[in-house]
Amino acid sequence: MTKLDSKIPEGTIDRKWENYKSHSNLVNPSNRRKLDVIIVGTGLAGGAAAATLGEAGYNVKAFYFQDSPRRAHSIAAQGGINASKNYQNDNDSDYRLFYDTVKGGDYRAREENVYRLAELSGNIIDQCVAQGVPFAREYGGTLANRSFGGAQVSRTFYASGATGQQLLLGAYSSMNRQIKAGKVKSYNRHEMIDVVVVDGKARGIITRDLVTGKIERFGAHAVVIATGGYANVYYLSTNAMACNATAAWKTYKKGAYFANPCFCQIHPTCIPVSGELQSKLTLMSESLRNDGRIWVPKNIEDVKAIREGKLKPTQISEENRDYYLERRYPAFGNLVPRDVASRAAKERCDAGYGVNKTGFAVYLDFQDAINRLGDKTIRERYGNLFDMYENITGDNPYYTPMMIYPASHYSMGGIWVDYETMTTIPGLYAIGEANFSDHGANRLGASSLMQCLCDGYFVLPATISNYLAHDIHTGPINTNTPEFEKAEIDANNLIKKLFDIKGTKSVDYFHKKLGLLMWDKVGLSRNEKGLNEAIAEIKTIRENFWKDVKVTGKADQMNNELEKAIRVADFLELAELIAIDALNRNESCGAHFREESQTEENEAKRNDNDYKYVSAWQYTGEGNQPTLHKEELTFNAIELKQRNYK
Amino acid sequence: MDFTLKIWRQENATAKGSQQEYKVKDISSDTSFLEMLDALNQQLVEKGEDVISFDNDCREGVCGTCSLYINGEAHGPKKLVTTCQLYMRSFTDGQTIYIEPFRANAFPVIKDLVVDRSALDRIQQAGGYTSFNTGSAPEANAMPIAKEDAAAAFDAAECIGCGACVATCKNASAMLYVSAKVSQFAYLPQGKVEAAERVLNMVAQMDTEGFGNCTNTGACEVECPKGISIKNIARMNREFMCASLTSE
Repeated sequence: MTKLDSKIPEGTIDRKWENYKSHSNLVNPSNRRKLDVIIVGTGLAGGAAAATLGEAGYNVKAFYFQDSPRRAHSIAAQGGINASKNYQNDNDSDYRLFYDTVKGGDYRAREENVYRLAELSGNIIDQCVAQGVPFAREYGGTLANRSFGGAQVSRTFYASGATGQQLLLGAYSSMNRQIKAGKVKSYNRHEMIDVVVVDGKARGIITRDLVTGKIERFGAHAVVIATGGYANVYYLSTNAMACNATAAWKTYKKGAYFANPCFCQIHPTCIPVSGELQSKLTLMSESLRNDGRIWVPKNIEDVKAIREGKLKPTQISEENRDYYLERRYPAFGNLVPRDVASRAAKERCDAGYGVNKTGFAVYLDFQDAINRLGDKTIRERYGNLFDMYENITGDNPYYTPMMIYPASHYSMGGIWVDYETMTTIPGLYAIGEANFSDHGANRLGASSLMQCLCDGYFVLPATISNYLAHDIHTGPINTNTPEFEKAEIDANNLIKKLFDIKGTKSVDYFHKKLGLLMWDKVGLSRNEKGLNEAIAEIKTIRENFWKDVKVTGKADQMNNELEKAIRVADFLELAELIAIDALNRNESCGAHFREESQTEENEAKRNDNDYKYVSAWQYTGEGNQPTLHKEELTFNAIELKQRNYK
Repeated sequence: MDFTLKIWRQENATAKGSQQEYKVKDISSDTSFLEMLDALNQQLVEKGEDVISFDNDCREGVCGTCSLYINGEAHGPKKLVTTCQLYMRSFTDGQTIYIEPFRANAFPVIKDLVVDRSALDRIQQAGGYTSFNTGSAPEANAMPIAKEDAAAAFDAAECIGCGACVATCKNASAMLYVSAKVSQFAYLPQGKVEAAERVLNMVAQMDTEGFGNCTNTGACEVECPKGISIKNIARMNREFMCASLTSE
């Protein structure tokens, strides 16, 4: 059995990264060209890593299922990226960013990783500015900042409501430079189907060419998984349609541990579900909570009148509105962390105060801000978000409040990694949203971009040499070995098996069924009974999938149904692990709310005595209960407290 | 709402394609265009037929993956939106809708409505970057940039690389796309160092890929889902001219 060693370097928390870098093994520049690195996924984490490793002189092979690296879903991040630059002179520091992130994550993150993240955050901004990322600026020409949930300082850098797009295009441009230089070879429309482990080390991957259907082998000295999260397990989520967990899940089945799968973030401000054919949910950036106020009517009669179309929200007077976040959390108000805001919305809607026809929506109102700052300022800050909202719903948020509701958005859980971002399989790394380490049980807004770029630009390039230093005499990786052979046969068999079922139901039918179940029983609020039911029901859906799914088209051509089938087959397994982990963790922390563990005021109650650990699950074969390994969390630099945003 | 759809079907790059007719019924006006196509694909699966391939991913108008030519317009009738942000309320009940891929010599069809736009990536590889290795960047506030310049750079940088400008242009020119990147860097001090080389290399690559030239029709600007202005083309021409005169 692999021992769970997080490889934390010596020294005080602010010296650990420096110590690590000073003592790790290096690869001489002339040896780097003998070493191949496979990177799967080219979003912020993968793209940044590909560019940086290429610059360093390694041979990078980058794989992605999209037609271009610029399409990765990092592009959809709207609001911003945090960094402890303290440009606003509001007492920000590396320590404060570290503190806010650990606290925001409800003390379930590894503190050493988070400190490093805070420490490197400023360098990320420098790098992005040098790439020509057009961040918002003040009249004097310096960079502008805004505030985000879970913080009392302004440390978020942004480019209108398209920060993710601009940062991704920055990483993409650096990667393009390395493609031109011949150091990065880019494989578009290639989906990773399996990882290949030889003599206990990750030595390559199996891919499917999404245009020709060809199954191919690729070898490398190290493999990096940068394939994002698994929010699409809920079917409806803010993720892109093709976001999937297949690459991560296949590494789990080959021996990488999967950590904290039950930590799935439900984002509070999304456009509510409108109809049966709905395929995804659209996020409205958290930055809107800077100026927007969230409310529902105080009186149930008003709610009824609104739903019947007899009353407009603008006609409800100030004293008849319940600004429930400001009421419950006066210190942070509308800027409480995401998990708190989401549960509060659910609480009001479950109590019958939801303001749309389905009863699952609350108002996000800009009237005060517009009165205070004027249309023009609001348009400057959020123009593209307001336009997007109007285009989707047909309502104009300059005149009537937005309607919002929580939706599945991000996964804090992911592949277990140590301080070096290496998984439990030597030579296999996981970076960005695909790993678990930095956000604990809840991610703060504007922290995902920070973590992805931190891992991609700085952490992985510094840690991978410590491993690759032992491989300088290995020579090119031979893909004509029994391990590659078997993985290729397995991939072909999987595809054949899916076609051979010839059932009666589409892939989407099963995915939707799974999504509804997960939302209902493994969503915002969980309990033992529901979780046990969910585990049984997921098994049933999975069994039915393998008996009755219908995949049309052919294997040797572009086939979207087959792509979806492969992804959904993995979601159907991952879903069960999420439920098992949620059942095991009988405490409420961050995004994970167990009804059995709450205060008298219905706030989440963490249980540090029993659950102050990372749950890392080991695959033990099909149909077997996975084995739980615990990484105890120790907090030396920060005092453990119950979160309080009141 | 009910619709008759005339959709381009083509099995692969070398096969001959043709227009096929399909019907969809009882679609709510709040359904997005791509969700309407999802519904059609579900019907096809039920009948055991191969689904219609169309590129799409984020479905919030920013990834640039979706790329349909709808009733003779790139991204359909509504201005300033991508296909995924087009809702059926933009159409009338009973309407016939023609759906084709983005057509251009430089965009060969892969299957049905999916085309290969990797030529656009290769243009970026030719020069759409600044040469700062990770770790070598100066302090972010060391280089003040006027607010309006940063805003103008952002407006150009908003291009999502969907290729609607190419599909719309009678010459299949990629000038709007290329000029957006050239302009972004032209507004910023970081871009100045490699400005001449950048514009010369990107334009040369654009020509190599088989995109046509610009004849100032302006259709690209009209169909661009992000409202990228053709002023960028003028700026690129200026940059190109200066670079041609000063380069060796």
